[in-house]
Amino acid sequence: MNKFRLFIASLISVSFFSVAAVATEACLITKTDINPFFVKMKEGAEARANELGIKLSFFAGKVDGDHETQVRAVETCIASGAKGILIAASDTKAIVPVLKNAQDNGLLVIALDTPLEPITAADSTFATDNFKAGELGGAWVAAKLGPDGVANAKIAMLDLNESQPSVGVLRDQGFLTGFGIDVKDVSRWGDEDDPRIICNEVTNGNEEGGRTAMERCLQKDRDINVVYTINEPAAVGAYEALKAMGKDDGSVLIASVDGGCPGVTDVKRGIIGATSQQYPLLMASLGVEAIKAWAEDGSKPENTPGLEFFNTGVNLVTDDAASGVESISVQEGMDRCWG
Amino acid sequence: MNEISEDIKKDLKDQPKFQDDIGSKNQDHHSFELGEQSFLKKIQHFLHGNPTIVPVIILILSVIGFGFLAGGKFFSAFNLSLIVQQVTIVGILAAAQTLIILTAGIDLSVAAMMVLASVFMGKLSVEMGMPTLPAIIVGMVAGVLTGAFNGLLVTRLRLPPFIVTLGTWNIFFALVIFFTGSQSIRSSDIEIQAPLLHFWGERINLGGFVFTYGAFLMIGIFVFLWFLLNKTAWGRHVYAIGDDKEAAELSGIRTDRMLVSIYAVAGLVIGIGAWVSIGRVGSVSPTSFYEGNLDSITAVVIGGTSLFGGRGTIIGSLFGALIVGVFSSGLSIAGLDVLWQRFALGCLIIIAVGIDQWIRKVSN
Repeated sequence: MNKFRLFIASLISVSFFSVAAVATEACLITKTDINPFFVKMKEGAEARANELGIKLSFFAGKVDGDHETQVRAVETCIASGAKGILIAASDTKAIVPVLKNAQDNGLLVIALDTPLEPITAADSTFATDNFKAGELGGAWVAAKLGPDGVANAKIAMLDLNESQPSVGVLRDQGFLTGFGIDVKDVSRWGDEDDPRIICNEVTNGNEEGGRTAMERCLQKDRDINVVYTINEPAAVGAYEALKAMGKDDGSVLIASVDGGCPGVTDVKRGIIGATSQQYPLLMASLGVEAIKAWAEDGSKPENTPGLEFFNTGVNLVTDDAASGVESISVQEGMDRCWG
Repeated sequence: MNEISEDIKKDLKDQPKFQDDIGSKNQDHHSFELGEQSFLKKIQHFLHGNPTIVPVIILILSVIGFGFLAGGKFFSAFNLSLIVQQVTIVGILAAAQTLIILTAGIDLSVAAMMVLASVFMGKLSVEMGMPTLPAIIVGMVAGVLTGAFNGLLVTRLRLPPFIVTLGTWNIFFALVIFFTGSQSIRSSDIEIQAPLLHFWGERINLGGFVFTYGAFLMIGIFVFLWFLLNKTAWGRHVYAIGDDKEAAELSGIRTDRMLVSIYAVAGLVIGIGAWVSIGRVGSVSPTSFYEGNLDSITAVVIGGTSLFGGRGTIIGSLFGALIVGVFSSGLSIAGLDVLWQRFALGCLIIIAVGIDQWIRKVSN
């Protein structure tokens, strides 16, 4: 009798443990937790994870480029018995061996937003093409200016920061390529020698930095008529500087990237000319689904045909469409925006 | 006790040797005479008596230097006044920081306090419909309270200010992100709902020089704090505490109360800075001024205030902030890569502290 009861008791407790252990664990590691882009990515991941019954842990670096915190996050994740890691890597090369270790421990590694180097180091990548995002903006400006305008353009490049994180380099070089300028070494900005580029100033991706950077550029040349910005907060800051100099009359074209709802609203209000919209919520939810599938039956997601990653897409949002450059309207941008 | 008298005996034994030397030429090692000082020594003495001259000289030299290096684009009335606009916020933070550093403390949370105060101002007036002026006052009160909070932690917990404010920096910053979800309150919304928040960003043109009202306020804050520090007992007590806290305590100064009041006054200055920052940036931006904490310390150090407390002038910090602005603007217009601005700043800090240490060594 006692043995039987013991047997039933242990059966019940074992089944309790199994039920508790069944909730799949996963980790989301972003570059920072202060950039609204990653705040939204986290929200999207959390929502999808709750729907699918996945327990998601969150980690983030302190700044774009903070590699060490991400390494510790991966190690913590492995130790906690997670089934998968979603990561927007700050250092896309250095993180690879650490993630390989995770894969050796049976975790699925999904790269979000920024592909790893090499891209195949991740089991799957749900990315946005930051180069294309910049390219669309550059092509739009070029089309708007026409051949004469392009030849005589004066361009301000408002970048992220001096350490040149990949997102900053890709968007910058993409923009110049789309505009038609030789980028020399495509893996860094600032090495171009085209006289149309007036300045490369850093903004830290926020309004205050955007303002000061734009002022510096204007001090070098008051006739700047094209402004590339790393993201919408920087663009808003740049606009304030232009306004202070009386140049908010439409004579300066501002292009940006991100596509958050505040940013798209700024396009609507004429502050930003066009912005390339990315989809962090989509990246996050696809990533979470992939981990669920992996945990259930070991299957891995498919890439977009012809690409080494699943392209979650980028669209140029503007109400001032230029011929030859694909774009979506501000209204559609508002429907699809994040934040 | 025996060892001490041994030393005295030794000195007494050495005395005749000194007296023998009187006739000789080698008198410098015990002389108080100033007549034979080298030119360098004379400069050192002068600077010791007037330490604020150092940043003034550096400022004038750098303005002239960059005028040659970067040409008329740098040396125009517009650009020079633009530099003042650009350093206004850091300048105000540096004014608050000076108060703390004079007490031999340091505040790593000044920019986070400022952004938090500006978030209160913005959220209450723009998003919750509170009348603007009360919202601004709430923000300033937030500045005072966060400052007093720092002061209480320093005095009650007896922890070094560096550690306390390292902690509160993270706490305040996390609160900012929590309250805002990292989203800014947009300039255009502020313009519609609470245009008073933009007040200090309005500009006036004075013969080619374009100043913001905020720049004038910054100078006003420096003048006011100069008066407080140099013409009131409160100010004397600030220096006394920084110079030697125990001596100050023994001479009757209630150091703990004073310290909390100093941190609170700094917090008020920061609260005012928050209002000015909205005028400068346009929007209430939670991620802006991320490096403001260290920038304010840089300005104070370059301005000649010693991190060891008790020494330094408030006006020095104004010059320190201007020097940083001049260098950043000058290097940028001269066409140098952005990273050289950072490099130059690093060198400036070391040179400034080096000069300060050299000036202190006068009595050796």
